Order: sequence, then C-alpha cells, then structure tokens
Amino acid sequence: MPYDPRLVQPMREEMVRMGAKELTTVAEVDAALGDPEGTTLVFVNSVCGCAAGNARPALAYALQQVVKPDHVVTVFAGQDIEAAARARQFFADYQPSSPSMALFKDGEVVHFIHRHQIEGRTPQAVAADLVAAFDRYCAKTQAA
Amino acid sequence: MSGHVFHPGHQELHGVTVVLDTRGGMTHVGRFHEQNDRGVLLHDAGSHDTGAAGMTREDFLRRTLKFGIRVDHQHLVVPGDEVISITPLGSLAL
Repeated sequence: MPYDPRLVQPMREEMVRMGAKELTTVAEVDAALGDPEGTTLVFVNSVCGCAAGNARPALAYALQQVVKPDHVVTVFAGQDIEAAARARQFFADYQPSSPSMALFKDGEVVHFIHRHQIEGRTPQAVAADLVAAFDRYCAKTQAA
Repeated sequence: MSGHVFHPGHQELHGVTVVLDTRGGMTHVGRFHEQNDRGVLLHDAGSHDTGAAGMTREDFLRRTLKFGIRVDHQHLVVPGDEVISITPLGSLAL
C-alpha cells in the first residue's frame, strides 16, 4: 500500500531539485526509456531511510560532476506502482529492489546499483561508484 | 543530508540485505527485519539449498550480487537455533 503522498513528497522534491525528471505514468516511462540513444540514469526511489536516505544524496553529489548522463529520470517504487513496474521491464534481467539505479547507454544497461550496494555505505562512497560509472560510460568523445 | 527515515529505533541490521546460513545447509538472502524469540525474520528472501544439485552456494551468491534477489519468500522466519551466521550481502567479496 502506498504511503501518504504528503509523507513522500519531500523525497520526490529531493529528486527534482537535483535535476531528475519524475516519471509517474507508464506513458512517461515509455517516452523516456523508449528512445535508446544516449545515456540515461533511472533512479528507483524508495521511502526506505536505511538505503534511499543515502542513495539520493549520493546521486545529487555525482550529478555535480562534469561527466554525467544525458538524462536522469526517477520512478517511485511502492508509490507510482505502474510506472515503476514498467521501468523495471526495461532492466528485467535485474531483480527488483529499491532504491536502485540503472544506467543505460544506447538502450543497454551498462551499470546497475542494487539496494545492497547502498545499504550501510556513506553517500560519498555510493557517489564514487556512480562517478566512476559516469566517467566510463557517459564521457563524450571529442571530435578531432 | 536527506533525513527522511521512516523506521528509526530498530535493530542494527534492520533493512539491510543479509546472507543467512543455517545448520541445515540452507542459505537465505533477504532483507533483515528483526531477530526475536521466534527467530530471524527476513523480507523478500531468496533461498538456496547447499545440499541440492545445481549451483553452488558461491554461484548462488555471485548471481545474487550481480542480478539481485530472486524472491522465493515474501516473509521468512528462520528459527534462531538454526542460524549459523548472518552477514550483510554488500560486505561479501566473491
């Protein structure tokens, strides 16, 4: 059962403040993830303070770096249930967990961060993983 | 920085994904909820029987680390006297 929307609103706003686009419907998910070109990070948001309370600041920090995905989108597990389920179909090889993050490059998942890779770690440590993935997969090649 | 925590005051491992090994040769991976007189309660747990044919415990854990938990039990209580060890999944190096 979803939490009271008023309780999760700050968690939504935290994502939007860092530049993520909220996807709350299946149509929005299809529009965002249906175009395979470029790099997109999908953040599966969660009310869980144990992990999401670190994951959101970690992403916020990582997005301050120069190299970052072309697009950052978010779905809210347990809240926007149909949108989250649809998003998970795009990375169906990975079992559902929240929070979690999937980095797409040209339609393929190139990096995935599960909940268990967030729990018990500092936002800085999780951010370091993200930054390394951004550097590896999101850097633009310079024309000669 | 975030500060939005919905479940303060729980046991240290509450909410953490753990590997729980039992005396009977089962390995369970799930989200620790609590340990009480009945045993250890895990949510969204996947299980592996070390004694059964097929993949080894290490392969089961490697697959889980890469692809996440294939859930066999939404809620699982493991009696306390069967528990050998409880280890955070994220701390494993395989």
